[in-house]
Formats: sequence, C-alpha cells, structure tokens
Amino acid sequence: MGAMIRVVVAKPGLDGHDRGAKVVARALRDAGHEVIYTGLRRTASQIVETVRDEDASFLGLSSLSGAHSHLFPKVCEELRQAGLNDVVVFGGGIIPSTDRQALYTCGIKAIFGPGTSTSEILRFIEVATEMDGVGVGESNDWYWQGD
Amino acid sequence: MNADVVLAAKDGCRRSLARTLSALENNTLDIVNALSIIGEINSDNSNDSSWRIMAITGAPGVGKSCFVDKIISQWASQGKKIALLAVDPSSSRTGGALLGDRVRLSVVDDRMLKDMVYVRSIATRKSSSSVPVVISDMAKLLLALGWNKVLVETVGAGQSEVRCAAIADRIVVVEGPARGDGIQAEKAGLLELADAVIVNKSDMVGARKHADEIKESFELGDGKSPPVLLTSALTGDGCQYASDVLLNLQSTGRSSKARWRERLLAGLEQKLLQNAQLESVLSSLASGSIDIDEALNKLNN
Repeated sequence: MGAMIRVVVAKPGLDGHDRGAKVVARALRDAGHEVIYTGLRRTASQIVETVRDEDASFLGLSSLSGAHSHLFPKVCEELRQAGLNDVVVFGGGIIPSTDRQALYTCGIKAIFGPGTSTSEILRFIEVATEMDGVGVGESNDWYWQGD
Repeated sequence: MNADVVLAAKDGCRRSLARTLSALENNTLDIVNALSIIGEINSDNSNDSSWRIMAITGAPGVGKSCFVDKIISQWASQGKKIALLAVDPSSSRTGGALLGDRVRLSVVDDRMLKDMVYVRSIATRKSSSSVPVVISDMAKLLLALGWNKVLVETVGAGQSEVRCAAIADRIVVVEGPARGDGIQAEKAGLLELADAVIVNKSDMVGARKHADEIKESFELGDGKSPPVLLTSALTGDGCQYASDVLLNLQSTGRSSKARWRERLLAGLEQKLLQNAQLESVLSSLASGSIDIDEALNKLNN
C-alpha cells in the first residue's frame, strides 16, 4: 500500500460560503485522494494544527469574504513557524487578479478562481507532487500558471 | 522510516507523531520496530480492570462525533491525554475519502484542552469493515507514547458490523431515538457485544422509549447487563454522567469468544491484504484464468 495524498481543505475566517470548498473536496476524493475537511470559520492556528496532526501534504484555503490578503499569508507564516515547510498551499475563491502576486510571494502555489475546472486543480496536485521544494517554507518560487 | 522521527514523536513533537502514524498506515513502519525504538513493551492492554482502547460505534447520523466531542472534553479537563482515531469510509471505486469528523469536534479548538487531545482522521482504505485493522497498531503506538486513552470512532455501522471488537477493550454503541420497535433491540448483532449503550438525542421524542426497550432486551439475556444511558450531545444533558460511567466502564464479560473470533478474522484479513501476491491473484481472478479455490491455494502458500 503506497502513500496516499492527504489534503486539508479549510475555510479560514468569517466566511459562510462553503460550496466551492465542498466541490473541491469532492473532486479530490473522486480522484482517489484523502480529504480532511475542517468546516467553517477556522483560525489560522486551528488550520495549521489540523495540517500538522493529520499529516497532510497539501492545504487548500477557500475564501469568499475578501479577507484573503490577510488570512492566506497568516496561515503560510504560521505553517513555517510550526516547521511545516514542505506543505504545499493553494487557494481559491473570489481573489482579484491584482491581489494574486502578493499571495504567490508569501508561498501560495496556485489560485483557482470561479470557473476553474476541477480537473485543473487535480493536475496542479499531480504536478506539484512531482516537483521538489515547492512547499510553503521551501526555496522553489514556482507557482501554477494554468495549463 | 527514519528512527529519528519516532524518537521525536516520543519527545512530544506532534508532527512526528502524525508522520509515525502515517508510516504505520502506509506499511512503511512495523509496529514491533516502532515500539522497540520507543522502548515500551508491547503489552496486552485488554486486562479487565481498566480499558485503554474504546470503540464508539453505531449507525450513521446518531451523533457519534458530537457525543465523542463531549466526553473527550470532560476527560481532557480531568487531566487525561486522549487520542481519537476517527474513521470514515474510502470509496471502493476510486480509493479516495472525505474525512469530515473534525467538523463536529470543538474540543480541538479549546485553548486549554487542545494539548491534551490528538485527533486523527483515518480512511478505511482497503479494509472490508468499519475499522481498518491497522488502527490497532496506531492505538498501540499512541499508548506507548503516553496517551492515556484511545477512542476509535468507527464508520457509521450497521447491525452486524462487529469488527470493532477486534481492536477495542470496550465497545460503546451509540443509538438514536425512534430507531425501530422492541424487536430491533432483540435482534442479534452489535448490541450483543456492547459494554455500554448510549441513546443520544434525548432531546427528541422517542429516545426514552428506545432506551427502555434496549434495557428490557438486555434483562431477558444472561449475565451482566451493560449500562444504557440517555444523552443529548446537543444540549449536553447526561453527557457528564455518561463520561464518568464510560471512563470507569467494566467489560460485561459477555461474548468473549465472539471478540476473539473478530480478532482472528481481522488478523487474517490483514495478512491477506499484505500478501505480496494479492494484486496478481486478483488480476488472474478478474481475467478468469483461475477460480476462487485456486486463488485461495495460491495465497495460502
């Protein structure tokens, strides 16, 4: 039995819109991955502790509240502080293109907006799994730029 | 698997603990090796005076996760270190799983208690039952690392799903209100092996009646009857009492042969799933080149 890919899908902050997170969780499940869903309104520390205790290699953050530029970097920073440097972080939701570069700089490796096909997200997981050093605290500054 | 990771887990590093559990789950670490690195003796935990591994089982949607959340916060606030292994099903088609038990667990968010609690979501993977056998090894590891009690929350289980008996010292069956008449309680299966029954959702109509029916049914049988307790994980009613009873729960001593049968079956299944020839035999079976008797012979060799 080989290692399964374990993905935490999380909703940081005050945001009740979880349809997107559920669609992504379902797509990852159907692709054969193990998905741990945190539920709504998690703090950055709660999310980091979940990733740590569940030994997940990917973390998907969903935000539709407009607070992504505050919450995503905070989660990335706390992951690094906790020594979870090899975890690959991706984001989704309503994230204006003008905000994206700053998120890539803080360690987010892909941002999926409305209209993204679930198969693109699965390809990202596949590609990132094969690459070295793309974790949130690692040196490779590659990020997903679509197919 | 690197021994340093196991040693770091022994020193209290939660990430290393999580990694060690993954290694057991992925079969890249053997429990005997892990325990020898830790330096604990792999002792038999199933003595009667005190339990170390408790299975919480019952039908889907009766409130197992919410109830578990309540009792863990009680025990953790009494200074017990509690590990929860929460099992959800893997898809038999794709192998994937959606593990959602954390959604119901508020105890991990409690700043005062979270260091006393470790929660791990586990998929059934290839296992045929409501608890994968590897859980037993994971529980042994946690106990050796100083966790006082391991709770195993099974997949929502049906009437005849008794495999959890293979891995636990105590079995608690969670029921809900209005789950059938007295005849349901008379039927053979899970309730026969229960060391305690929790009738949850006592805030709803029919809970007390269902609890009475289960009690009556136990009184018809021989031996010691397990306690039947009413709780509402929603309002908290009865949860403190239930957590006190469960913490000191004695085995009813019923059905010990049935428990050993489950352990034996579970052990056999694990051996089968770890057999190096399994994939090739499955392919031969699927292509029709051998029949099931030949397959069993091959795997026995």
